[in-house]
Amino acid sequence: MDQLLQHSLNALILGGTYALLGIGLTLIFGIMRVVNFTHGELYAFGAYMMYLWVMLAGINFYLALVLAVLLGVGLGALIELALLRRLRGADIDTTMLVMIGAWIALQNLEQFTWSGVAKSIRSPFPSAPLVLGPVSVSWNRLFVFAVASALIVATYALINRSKLGKAMRATFQDPETAALMGVDISRIHTATFALGSGLAAAAGALLGPVFVAYPTMGDLASLKAFAIVILGGLGSIPGATAGGFILAFMEELGAGYVSSGFRDGMGFMLIIAILLVKPTGLFARRERIG
Amino acid sequence: MKRTLTLAFLALLLSLPLWMSSLYVLHILIMTGIFIIAAMSLNLLLGYTGQLSLGHVAFFGIGAYTSSLVSLGFDVHLLPDWRVALAPKPVWLGMLLGVLLAAGCGWVIGRIAFKVRGAYFVIVSVSFAEVVRLIALNWLELTQGPMALNNIPVLRLGIPDWFEFAFLRKPANYYLVLTVAILAYLLIQRLVHSRAGRAMVALRENEALAASVGIDVTRYLVLATFVSAGIAGAAGALYAHYVRIVDPEVFSFIYTVTMVIMVVTGGKGTLLGPIVGGLLFGLLPEILRAFGIPPEIQWVSYGVLMILVVSFLPAGIVPALAGWWQQRGDAAAQPAVAASSRPPQP
Repeated sequence: MDQLLQHSLNALILGGTYALLGIGLTLIFGIMRVVNFTHGELYAFGAYMMYLWVMLAGINFYLALVLAVLLGVGLGALIELALLRRLRGADIDTTMLVMIGAWIALQNLEQFTWSGVAKSIRSPFPSAPLVLGPVSVSWNRLFVFAVASALIVATYALINRSKLGKAMRATFQDPETAALMGVDISRIHTATFALGSGLAAAAGALLGPVFVAYPTMGDLASLKAFAIVILGGLGSIPGATAGGFILAFMEELGAGYVSSGFRDGMGFMLIIAILLVKPTGLFARRERIG
Repeated sequence: MKRTLTLAFLALLLSLPLWMSSLYVLHILIMTGIFIIAAMSLNLLLGYTGQLSLGHVAFFGIGAYTSSLVSLGFDVHLLPDWRVALAPKPVWLGMLLGVLLAAGCGWVIGRIAFKVRGAYFVIVSVSFAEVVRLIALNWLELTQGPMALNNIPVLRLGIPDWFEFAFLRKPANYYLVLTVAILAYLLIQRLVHSRAGRAMVALRENEALAASVGIDVTRYLVLATFVSAGIAGAAGALYAHYVRIVDPEVFSFIYTVTMVIMVVTGGKGTLLGPIVGGLLFGLLPEILRAFGIPPEIQWVSYGVLMILVVSFLPAGIVPALAGWWQQRGDAAAQPAVAASSRPPQP
């Protein structure tokens, strides 16, 4: 019983960052119809920026976190402007291939810049865990969960309360009509990609100090983000949030009770199983694409 | 003209080991050939049916592992007291079983995955490859996981105790790969020029319309995955018995990406595309290495090249060259297979 509680707590904490990854990816897919293979690279970028600012430049941990997220937003905007803007209206396979090219280029630039050796990032939290009765949790992970939750809430607020969010939702529902009503679609696309990329970079910057940063860390992050988004139904933000937590629970319980070697395989088996039973994902109301 | 070129190219390929004494160059050509076979199989799916399979390396790896395991033999416990053992079998049987198992997996994936299309199909194929990789990594008793399968025997053909030929040296392997490549090319050529092939192209262009005129969508898509996976499995089996060591790295996503780049750059939906793209991307790393460019930068240039090709030459090199050839006014030259089966890209 204690073990189950501990696994559940771990899953809850991991789920927060998974949800961040998933929300970013689903936003980009929902609004732009782009299967974003660079998502994991933005995640890796976030972690490496923490390494750069905390370990090499030696600046404050929290300031570094903010910087990492902002730089992720900037890199996302740059990718959108440089690659995706001119491909708007191209079919989904074309943009997918371009994003695969960008993914390979980014990952190998990371490997070239930072070398293949994994980098650990120092965090300012005490190493002794917080013990709550039968379960314990490290302060660092607690911080990760708190920031991830705050970012999820902020994203919801941005989408549902702000003017930009309203324009995003309009573009999601019907780009042509939104454009007719005076929404600048190009600006919305850049903002969406930048926001999604920023969320991925935030997830990487948060988890970098918990684990380590290494060049191919983005691959699994991308695949897991796809799993989360499919679980929730492509384009659904609540679905992605729920999907993040479901995947984390699957992985924690699967690793704890079935086999730790297949921890990362849980998500993929889940994708295959869900698509067989309910091809639209668990929470999607809209019809699927393609 | 086209016939002369084809014959000249074939003569070049056939005579190459006779005048090329560098074993290193032969090795590069053998590896390139294996990847070209895999790329041709991917092209059948990506180019002709229009389905982007990003888990294609799974079939390659299944072919490699099956063929190695059958020729090495294995002894595993499926349940605590249910043992399954196999004594080592001849390599040709292993290769055959590798091809069949890969094709069978392709059939299953085709059956289940074609319920879902587009982005979903991509993700299902990626997930499938990742699950197979994790099995290869974690089922230590069968695959030895990251320790890899070592000492894989080479292919021997002939009649035992009388005459046997071992494909041990590079020229022999070169001709073996070349033979399989030509067979795969002819098989794909026959398939895409048959009724089934025209049905596949019809599906790619407009699935709803194709279905409405009575084309059995699922049947042809499953046929395409079946054949495509089988050929990829053959490439994997060739790889295993040439390199003679197989580890879970053969399932790396990057190999799928290499195949996709070869097909897209060369020209998807053209018979020559994967060959041109394969030669380009098989030989380019060696050329770049000769200039002392580190591997990361080679990969960066792959990525950039892929972006450039997709953005500016969406149909690929072969259709672009064919178009250029036609514009030169050479009426006798057919616009390759490409232009006839593929309308100009918007």
